[in-house]
Amino acid sequence: MADAYDKLIFELSSPGRVAWSLPEADVPEADARTLLPAKHLRRDAPDLPEVSEFDVVRHYSRLSRMNYGVDTHFYPLGSCTMKYNPKLNEDMARLAGFAKVHPLAPEALAQGALQLMHELARDLAEIAGMDAVSLQPAAGAQGELAGVLMIRAYHQSRGEKRTKVLVPDSAHGTNPASTAIAGYEVVEVKSLPNGEVDVDALARTLDTDVAAFMITVPNTLGMFEPRIIEITELCHARGVQVYMDGANLNAILGITRPGDLGFDVCHFNLHKTFTTPHGGGGPGAGPVGVKAHLEPFLPVPVVTKDGDEYALDWKRPRSIGKLQAFWGNFGMLVRAYTYIRTMGPDGLRSVSDNAILNANYIMKRLEQDYDVAVPGPCMHECVLSARRQKKLGVTATDIAKRLLDLGFYAPSTYFPLIVEEALMIEPTETEAKETLDAFCDAMIQIAREAEANPAVIHEAPVTTAVRRLDQTKAAREPNLRWTRGR
Amino acid sequence: MASRYIANTPDEQKRMLGVIGAGSMEELLVKIPAKARLPRPLGLPAAMAETDLIRHLKALAGRNADADSHVCFMGGGSYDHYTPSPINHLISRGEFFTAYTPYQPEASQGTLRTIYEYQTMIAELTGMDVANASIYDGASSLAEAALMAHATTDRNEIVLSRGVNPLYKRVTATYCEGPGIRLRDAAGPDGVIDLDAAKKVVGAKTAALVVQTPNFYGCLEDVAAAAEVAHAAGALLVVVADPVNLGVLEGPGKLGADIVVGEGQGLGVPVGYGGPNLGVFAAKNELVRRMPGRLVGATVDRDGKRGFVLTLQTREQHIRRAKATSNICTNVALCALMATIYLSTLGRRGLVKVGELSTAKAHYAAERLAKVPGVSLRFTAPFFKEFALKLPKAPDRVIPRLARQGFLAGVALKTFDRALADCLLVAVTEKRTKAEIDAFAAALEKAVA
Repeated sequence: MADAYDKLIFELSSPGRVAWSLPEADVPEADARTLLPAKHLRRDAPDLPEVSEFDVVRHYSRLSRMNYGVDTHFYPLGSCTMKYNPKLNEDMARLAGFAKVHPLAPEALAQGALQLMHELARDLAEIAGMDAVSLQPAAGAQGELAGVLMIRAYHQSRGEKRTKVLVPDSAHGTNPASTAIAGYEVVEVKSLPNGEVDVDALARTLDTDVAAFMITVPNTLGMFEPRIIEITELCHARGVQVYMDGANLNAILGITRPGDLGFDVCHFNLHKTFTTPHGGGGPGAGPVGVKAHLEPFLPVPVVTKDGDEYALDWKRPRSIGKLQAFWGNFGMLVRAYTYIRTMGPDGLRSVSDNAILNANYIMKRLEQDYDVAVPGPCMHECVLSARRQKKLGVTATDIAKRLLDLGFYAPSTYFPLIVEEALMIEPTETEAKETLDAFCDAMIQIAREAEANPAVIHEAPVTTAVRRLDQTKAAREPNLRWTRGR
Repeated sequence: MASRYIANTPDEQKRMLGVIGAGSMEELLVKIPAKARLPRPLGLPAAMAETDLIRHLKALAGRNADADSHVCFMGGGSYDHYTPSPINHLISRGEFFTAYTPYQPEASQGTLRTIYEYQTMIAELTGMDVANASIYDGASSLAEAALMAHATTDRNEIVLSRGVNPLYKRVTATYCEGPGIRLRDAAGPDGVIDLDAAKKVVGAKTAALVVQTPNFYGCLEDVAAAAEVAHAAGALLVVVADPVNLGVLEGPGKLGADIVVGEGQGLGVPVGYGGPNLGVFAAKNELVRRMPGRLVGATVDRDGKRGFVLTLQTREQHIRRAKATSNICTNVALCALMATIYLSTLGRRGLVKVGELSTAKAHYAAERLAKVPGVSLRFTAPFFKEFALKLPKAPDRVIPRLARQGFLAGVALKTFDRALADCLLVAVTEKRTKAEIDAFAAALEKAVA
């Protein structure tokens, strides 16, 4: 049964309790009110909770128990690559020589950090078949923005004014959003029913106004794009740059490389393929790789190596600028580096082999009870449709909720948009056969329930901290902060 | 050799292939054209055993000077503040650490509740109505604020005071490139914005005036006066503020800010060579539907029980796609959790104490260091925990000498502002002791002699 705990930290507050320990002032004049002009000073002390240290620990421990995470639950959230996050990564990222290095420390005092970044960029470039990598973007969406801005700068440097970027209707929402911020008109390209690019339609759309074609490989239906080389060649023949959304890189490590497929830019989600934790929604890291012709436009600074010395190179006049204040989400870079060194080339290859095997296994076991969006074999994830169940009054959302009761987090639902009642399942390579079997058994049970006993699905979830929530009320009467007495 | 991160054994793999009806792994790759295949193994270093890898990474870490091995007087946007022990223990719970964006709210109430608490605390500190669930860092938060001001006012210029962190300006410029937003500077000779000069720059085309307080040079800006200048021209006032200072300093919202952004790293997030950080973003209620990023709201479940969900999502990229208010998806939720636990731990009085100790120690340090022969304070405006020192020798030469004595002396301002080539930016947090400051002054005296 679910934990009935229903407190916010503010509701535990008892005036006078403390959870902190700070020394008394050891300098002569300690009163901020005499040191600073009154107009800058806060009139009322901030209304923050007053609790004991143990209050804090128990409160957040209990809140954590209201979550499903990869450590506790199978988490088949498609397109998010919810694999096991190795504990060694965490120990390494917390070494004082990484976690406590100041970003503006002179380069001579940060040689280890710079070496790690230099090697990681080189490794990612090799994995993706790119010529150069910037580690700066903070997440995939920022990697996209950086990539599209580099494409823009490239066209401008050639005196070309191209105004449009093509994005398939099956794309992640960040693709059109990033492209729009980069100043482009977004043109949605309709996919074939099987999710593949309609190459003939694409050929007709590629005019001299098109700056780039942005595409996810494998695509969001979990399928490798069979004509991808033809597509990138077609784009290049029309002066169009090709961007690969690297969200699904976990499928292709050591099997094929974006650079070899003809892509000019691709980003990496270190929090997906490279095991940095998802943290409840971040931080991630979204390095971006480019071919040589785009290298002058990389964000500054770039980590360089001269002999045995590493440095930050700021003298790059054609750079698109900066994405975040410092050099990247370094803590995530340490974790990804640790992972790549742990796995080596053969290990990374077996990551993709096993991710593909696991996804195909699930697809095979469920193909009788659910409609498969596209016939397999799939890559690292499979997309099912609950259209059969919907006819019985059971939607993808209902199935997701019922899975929570059966001890699993839910797949991504209603994505990609081109599949009706989509359930996008990504098991990852780190899950064992018996977990996949238990999940498939649960999915099959739900399919049977949809026929025989849909009420149990519509009631779900009943084992979680709360039951289904009123989204409409949340949006119509926004309550975005706690206030006293509410 | 088997990998410890992949469970299935060759025998299990074989059985799974049997179920699938494939003879080998290779058969699952049939859709990939032969000429697309990588014909060789990746050219990466071989796998390392755990013990060897730890040795290697410790060696790399050992080549960096850190805030444990050295006494840190560095700031410029990243600060060595006190981090209570429970933070690391609590965030490391797998239920928080290995979850993702709370798409299934019933199984994510832990994350959603902590974000709701975070939004409440940030709104309270900044004096604003509403805060979002986080942006990547202070710089990208400012960039998002610029885009939001542009969209809200339909005006095309952002005026930034000279004291705004130059790295933040650089990021803002990158984000403003696509929409064609023009960035203009409001100069100020004495470390703070010259409001009379600003009035001449802020006008009918100005979407927002941006001030940072304390600014990059540590000086406090007159936010209320800046608000008057911005509002008189129909522009928004965007204030960059460091929330860890807001136990002592007034929330910018109380002084007229329309949007408050900032770097929340001081709230329990390690300096970490610059990331991940915590982009704070707060605004007035009337701007909420233009805000970037995620928002968590309270609601009720089927039984009428209180619960929390992601809300107002029609602003966001996964719904609105090209017309979204921002492209942000993954943010820095875990850093926001660190800040939430930090602010719960410090609470009403602890955060005030942090601010008071930082102010007191910084002022003691400024007085002590300015007594070193040839050294003086560069600016006269009031400062908080950070100040610029004018040195008689090039800071680039002084910093390495002090590093050898165990001090991270500060940030050389030359790379940020040529006019300040002889200046060193020194930050003093509550962690510094009088003895450390005295020793630093003595070492500086020798280093500049």
